[in-house]
Amino acid sequence: MKLGFLVDLNLCMGCKGCEVACKVENEVPLGSWRLRVKYIDIGTFPETSRSFTPLRCNHCESAPCERICPVSALHYLENGIVNVDSSRCIGCAGCMMACPYGAIYMDPETNTADKCTYCAHRIESGMMPACVVICPVQANIFGDLDDDNSHISRYIMEHQGAVQVRKPEKNTTPKHFYVGGGNQTLNPLAQQRLEGYNLFNNITHLKQIGDPHESVIGRFLEPFESEEKLDNRSFIDFDNDNYKGGH
Amino acid sequence: MVEHGIHATQAVVTLDVALPGIIWGWMITLNMWAKSVGTGVILVGAFLLYRHKKDEMPNLRWMMPLIAFIFLNIFLLFTLADLHHPYRMVNIFLHPHWTSAITVGAWMASLFTALVTVMLVIGYFDAHPNVRKNCALANAARANSSLYEKIFPFVVFLAIPVTLYTAIIMAESSARELWQAPSEVMQMMWAALMAGSAGLILISGKWSPEARRDLALVLAIATFFSFLMYMGEYFFSFKSAEGEATLAYVHAGGAYNAEFWFGMVLGFIVPFFLAVGNMKSDNKTLLKFAALMALIGLYMAKDVWLKIPQMLSLS
Ligand code: SF4
Ligand code: SF4
Repeated sequence: MKLGFLVDLNLCMGCKGCEVACKVENEVPLGSWRLRVKYIDIGTFPETSRSFTPLRCNHCESAPCERICPVSALHYLENGIVNVDSSRCIGCAGCMMACPYGAIYMDPETNTADKCTYCAHRIESGMMPACVVICPVQANIFGDLDDDNSHISRYIMEHQGAVQVRKPEKNTTPKHFYVGGGNQTLNPLAQQRLEGYNLFNNITHLKQIGDPHESVIGRFLEPFESEEKLDNRSFIDFDNDNYKGGH
Repeated sequence: MVEHGIHATQAVVTLDVALPGIIWGWMITLNMWAKSVGTGVILVGAFLLYRHKKDEMPNLRWMMPLIAFIFLNIFLLFTLADLHHPYRMVNIFLHPHWTSAITVGAWMASLFTALVTVMLVIGYFDAHPNVRKNCALANAARANSSLYEKIFPFVVFLAIPVTLYTAIIMAESSARELWQAPSEVMQMMWAALMAGSAGLILISGKWSPEARRDLALVLAIATFFSFLMYMGEYFFSFKSAEGEATLAYVHAGGAYNAEFWFGMVLGFIVPFFLAVGNMKSDNKTLLKFAALMALIGLYMAKDVWLKIPQMLSLS
């Protein structure tokens, strides 16, 4: 069994339902995302169009994140899912440097690496990933790529020539496909990030990787300290104004 | 004209999440820099011992492992401090994943540090026969003095992969195209020779002028070739799309441009000319100044090269 994803961008209407469902299902803290829907605008007014691209881990068959992980916290499941064992993760961030798709984040609550697992826990009990269930237009297609008769395999066959993956030149062999995508939707080098692309605030870059409240010394003291309750508010009241660079 | 408008060829991101900033920051720079000193003094020290008699460099036998020991411990400390779960470092030894250069490097660096510690203990107590005369450790070290010479060749051999493995970590960082394995491997090697010669220059005050001339020669060669490599990478990374995108931003006066050029002038150009000058006429003060500049400039160059590819948005 080799589980894979396909998103038909012709169907996606950018409702972000999948993003929200993922957040809720996996209790992803504020400021972190396993799945996000990016909006891009193409063309000049009035000839403009807007595209929506859901972005998540590709569960690469030759995953650089798995290769670089020193302790196998990132590992393959038998169904092809690249899973994370957060109890083993040492928090070296090697995987964040290796994933060419920026799919991994350092969870600010646990200070360990995390990412989309194709909802491995749901799959185990015979359910579909949360984002698939929620999608109102069924733009997310999920299934077994080893099975020629699965929905995803048939979709790929029907759209031969129009099926794409992100950054194929990296030879990661992603198991996440797009139909209806183009260079401008899938290639970040074909996109400009102008200031203020984030609608609700001016934060374009996170200042800290992992828990914004934990100092380097704090990391060493952590096992001896009493648990401080973190909630979502803990992650938004830090100063991001001094961040320099980024483009 | 119209083809130059960004909208003609490029999409504009109109809604997205906040992206991670610099993931590997100054602690990793310090880690790489300290490791260059720690391994470099062993490599350059071995070269000196091959070329000169021991009594031309009286304190080398214990000062070389001492400097290596100090800087390897700085390197190990900051490796640990950069982990979000420092105590879980033990997982690298309990659950090693051998495709990861981080794992292989951690094992090799630990062994290397242990061997350097043995050399330091023997070297120190041999050089100071009146210190701790009744101490069992000191006496055992003095009794096994020949062990130093036996393990030294192995330590020199091990210094090479220990200094190079970070280049392989950078190569395995598939998301950062700027870091290409062949150039990073060579840059790590030059950095070790640069930092090693600079470190030894600082303690070479009582050595023979010939030994100092050799140190100046190594410093000059390392700064020259490393500078050439930086220039090649900085200006001519045409074939890597993401590397080129990163550098285009830096070239245009973006973040880290000034730090890069400060590093190049302070750490490479100035020390090169001072070291070349010193090969003609021995001037201890100027050579020490060159060594200090090289160490500062090397840190700056490594810092820039570590951080700039992390500014590129990956998705
Ligand atoms: S997309 Fe990134 S995180 Fe996911 S498997 Fe590939 S390399 Fe790993
Ligand atoms: S941060 Fe965790 S999951 Fe990522 S490479 Fe390091 S140990 Fe592995």
